[in-house]
Amino acid sequence: MAAILQRTVRLRAALRPLCPHSTLTCTARLSPADVHSPFLACGSGQFVASTRKLHVEPKSSPDGAPERLPFSKVTEEDLAYFRKILAGRTITDPDLLESSNVDWLKTVKGSSEVLLRPQTTEEVSQILSYCNSRNLAVNPQGGNTGLVGGSVPVYDEIILSTSLMNNILTFDNISGILTCQAGCVLENLSLYLEERDYIMPLDLGAKGSCQIGGNVATNAGGLRLLRYGSLHGTVLGLEVVLADGRVLDCLATLRKDNTGYDLKQLFIGSEGTLGVITAVSILCPRKPKSTNVVFLGCETFEELLKTFQLCRGMLGEILSAFEFLDSECMRLLNTHLKLPNPITDCPFYIVIETSGSDQDHDSQKLDNFLEKAMASTLVTDGTVATEQSKIKDLWSMRERVTEALTHDGFTYKYDISLPVERIYQLVTDMRQHLGDRAKSVVGYGHVGDGNLHLNITSPAKDPALLAAIEPFVYEWTASCQGSISAEHGLGLKKRNYIYYSKPSQAVALMGNIKAMLDPKGILNPYKTLPDDLK
Amino acid sequence: MSGRVLVGVKRVIDYAVKIRVKPDNSGVVTDGVKHSMNPFCEIAVEEAVKLKEKKLIKEVVAVSCGPQQSQETIRTALAMGADRGIHVEVAGKDYETLGPLQVSKIMAALAKKEDAQLLILGKQAIDDDCNQTGQMTAALLDWPQGTFASEVSLDGDKVKVVREIDGGLETIKISTPAVLTADLRLNTPRYATLPNIMKAKKKKIANVKPADLGVDLTSRLEVLKVEEPPQREAGVKVETVEDLVGKLKETGRI
Repeated sequence: MAAILQRTVRLRAALRPLCPHSTLTCTARLSPADVHSPFLACGSGQFVASTRKLHVEPKSSPDGAPERLPFSKVTEEDLAYFRKILAGRTITDPDLLESSNVDWLKTVKGSSEVLLRPQTTEEVSQILSYCNSRNLAVNPQGGNTGLVGGSVPVYDEIILSTSLMNNILTFDNISGILTCQAGCVLENLSLYLEERDYIMPLDLGAKGSCQIGGNVATNAGGLRLLRYGSLHGTVLGLEVVLADGRVLDCLATLRKDNTGYDLKQLFIGSEGTLGVITAVSILCPRKPKSTNVVFLGCETFEELLKTFQLCRGMLGEILSAFEFLDSECMRLLNTHLKLPNPITDCPFYIVIETSGSDQDHDSQKLDNFLEKAMASTLVTDGTVATEQSKIKDLWSMRERVTEALTHDGFTYKYDISLPVERIYQLVTDMRQHLGDRAKSVVGYGHVGDGNLHLNITSPAKDPALLAAIEPFVYEWTASCQGSISAEHGLGLKKRNYIYYSKPSQAVALMGNIKAMLDPKGILNPYKTLPDDLK
Repeated sequence: MSGRVLVGVKRVIDYAVKIRVKPDNSGVVTDGVKHSMNPFCEIAVEEAVKLKEKKLIKEVVAVSCGPQQSQETIRTALAMGADRGIHVEVAGKDYETLGPLQVSKIMAALAKKEDAQLLILGKQAIDDDCNQTGQMTAALLDWPQGTFASEVSLDGDKVKVVREIDGGLETIKISTPAVLTADLRLNTPRYATLPNIMKAKKKKIANVKPADLGVDLTSRLEVLKVEEPPQREAGVKVETVEDLVGKLKETGRI
């Protein structure tokens, strides 16, 4: 116990100088009560929360679970009510609940005993109205592909799954505006649109499982953000069910509508804490007639950045993606997924995608760019793909790095926004800082958007390694005024680090908004907002 | 021996594309659809380029029969390492009825004209799945054939070919000149690297007409109808074993 209290004190001290942006002191309060929490909390590592576990090793850290808030527990009466409104779609079987209780990375586990699968907005409204009156906590869940533990319960929150809300409502092929229910899987929407000569404005590796409601709730970025912008721009309307069951119908399909406050922006990126998104209307771009993917190799990061500038200049209007990965990523792809390197081994690799309306024009622009890049030796090797099958192969070199990492060991994931020219410096500094304490340290990501995915692996979860990584990585990020979570969100794992990137006045205002929209705090508790706000 | 290898490459609908049948059931939709080199032809080109890299042969010539766009396919072969290309122009109605017999006549004529030591083709095309051109060409030329090759090794004026057959693998030794057709496991085609793509732009593609080769393109086949396979029906979930047995009986399965 003494050791734990010592650690708590040390962590508290470490967290004290947490606010680089404001003169107000802010503290992440780790109350002694945390020490008695019945949860195994080992940083962003294996975190198992279970009210049924007998042995408890209380260990608190900023991303460990907070104490269970005094929500009601589910009773037989509650189950009877749910079964009445959702016949056959109220799941209580522990085996079926298992996968919804664990996140995709298998690092966070809840102990929910009820999974609800509504099919309509009306059912969601009834569920929330009931839960609000009964003070039952609710965890909205889409595809459960989130990477910050925001999509699974911490304790026994009721899981509200949108998986059965998968209808496409309307599609206007003149304006390109699509409306659909929140549970539509992104890849299915893409396939639907592609048949009609359109595409979704976002694309990510998790497309086969993630749902549009979840994408909107986390303001997902992805591979096309460079070209089509963020969901804050492409989402035209939302239908949201509020904590008390009220249905907020802002499902407009208008490109321009300046009538009052733009409420939907609040919910985009709110990670299910302000309301449950039940339907989305989104502006979709035309499917490009000509797509090319180029895979290039560079010797240094400086040359990579110069290639980016050259690319922007010569391919600007047809550029739709600019991603990078380092040689360590390539090593993992080769080793764990047996994917061969399309070109010779280089320290850095770039994936460039162009999308345009005319194959001949785009080929011309691309050829000019490639000749220039090779002639100026900014690029040492590369290959081009115009055929669908080859394009898929080249994209998988970037898209499957996440998967390759899961085979390398326990992964510590950091999704950081930095000034573009400093992106790789963090990776180099981290490697130096960790020495041989880590198995692999890799960097990859949306370099075009200034977004680095820094990943570190170790054979098994290692609290000492974690202590070396954090808060080093957050302090480094804060020192460049970067974001400690560029696109993954805060969820459970990063909620207490919000102060590294937002001033406390902003966080306080977020708390006010939360209190106004969800006074009982039943929507996705323990997530997104820091513990010291409660 | 001339040390020249001819490789036939076919432009087909990209294998990742969803095929759609034309409303009049006369064929599949090809307009505006992504095309690429037949995957088995890629393997054939790769094998030829490998032989050249091992200095066992001197020149790789890529050949394609088809409309203007077939030149793109030849360019891909050039980017992979072929030295020059020959585009046999076949367009319009002739292209619609172009089949293995006509192509093998063209290939045979070219093989003789170019004094080829080897003619390597893909074992079949993914659009018609005929698996006939290589065999027919060998017969027309009266050359030995090593088909479904999963391993090829040159030994003087002989070629050792390991063939994939139903029972396993068969190893044969044939004399050159010969026709080989590439099977899946022969090799893994390389990505065309940028320097080679740039170089390929300068390589020559000769234009030839079938008439110049003395080939008659008349087809003896007529496509009557093209249909989609029956739609796969959704599965049905049943609650109990009795239900399962009942359903199986219902559909006449048991």
